Amino acid sequence: MDHQSHSAEQARFEAIIAAEEKIEPRDWMPEKYRRNLVRQISQHAHSEVVGQLPEGNWITRAPTLRRKATLLAKVQDEAGHGLYLYSAAETLGVSREQMVDDLLDGRAKYASIFNYPTLSWADVGAIGWLVDGAAIVNQISLCRTSYGPYARAMVRICKEESFHQRQGYEIMRTLAAGSAAQKAMAQDALNRWWWPTLMMFGPHDAESAHSQQSMQWKIKRQSNDELRQKFVDQTVEQARHIGLEIPDPALRWNEERGHYDFGEIDWDEFQRVLNGNGPCNRQRIGDRRAAHEQGAWVREAMLAHAEKQRRRAAGRAA
Amino acid sequence: MSKQHLPLWEVFVRSRRGLDHKHIGSLHAADAEQALLAARDTYTRRQEGVSIWVVRSSDIHASQFEDEDAFFEPAADKVYRHPTFYDVPEELKL
Repeated sequence: MDHQSHSAEQARFEAIIAAEEKIEPRDWMPEKYRRNLVRQISQHAHSEVVGQLPEGNWITRAPTLRRKATLLAKVQDEAGHGLYLYSAAETLGVSREQMVDDLLDGRAKYASIFNYPTLSWADVGAIGWLVDGAAIVNQISLCRTSYGPYARAMVRICKEESFHQRQGYEIMRTLAAGSAAQKAMAQDALNRWWWPTLMMFGPHDAESAHSQQSMQWKIKRQSNDELRQKFVDQTVEQARHIGLEIPDPALRWNEERGHYDFGEIDWDEFQRVLNGNGPCNRQRIGDRRAAHEQGAWVREAMLAHAEKQRRRAAGRAA
Repeated sequence: MSKQHLPLWEVFVRSRRGLDHKHIGSLHAADAEQALLAARDTYTRRQEGVSIWVVRSSDIHASQFEDEDAFFEPAADKVYRHPTFYDVPEELKL
């Protein structure tokens, strides 16, 4: 493409973004915009898929049939959400196989939160309440992202996901109102999941590698720190309501700001888990690889079955 | 009676950026390019859209009416897939 028409395309792209309209798959877009989206959407998809693992750990041990049916439905949703997102990424010209390989070979990232273990039943409650709560804050913001297929996937996901947070809170509320041991279990889960949940929003704005460009292109609509603050503000009240204590001595209401102040995240831990050395990184990828390999025969059987049907139909026609 | 048979195409229109393409109708044309032009003239004379998809009708595979129960009935008793199933105080904005 010659320089002049290239800059005309660029101007048109920027005008669409400036007008708060959506970029759609066949539109011209800067290569960096495309790459940025592929990275973000595929990471998001991987997070949904890997996110099934910590909760899947408790499906066979859920305390009641009601909780078990709920947990199954939730994990099933995560799988579906991964598929919506992979499909959105595929509209940008990257193949499903490539994305899966990138995850399994450790080239792609996913949300670090899923590298923490689920040690007790209360962890299932804490994940729904906190981890899904944080994800929803982020995803509601992303419903306004500038790329059409991503925005539409977010709308669908947010709608389906609202029960995830509510079921988690219901578990925590039930435990917190139970015996002393049950309440302690809920508090212990909150203690372990609180800080990793705050890390989900990513580094401080000043240190976030992709943030500035992503905000300019309206891929991201609110900054990491803004979203983190929003989550803290809404969650403090929810913890108080069930008599659980957020494990942060620095947490207090700031009248002047109209927000809660809170303590500093342990960024060394953040980096350690991000770089592959959290409690469960190797186990998670190992489990994904095993699932992928053990599922190979299903994919082969699907192709073989379709081929057989095709040959039968051809035989009948002849 | 005409002996030439023009294949049928299904037409999908995106009414504006950010929205899904939506099925709007069908038409006959000899190839995809003709189908797009005919769709423009047939379905978007009043700026109904900003993008058109055409798909050969024979390429669309649909679930059958007889399969309705097998396909959709299993979701009917899974009320726990909905947020209202859970007992949480409304003032907490969960």
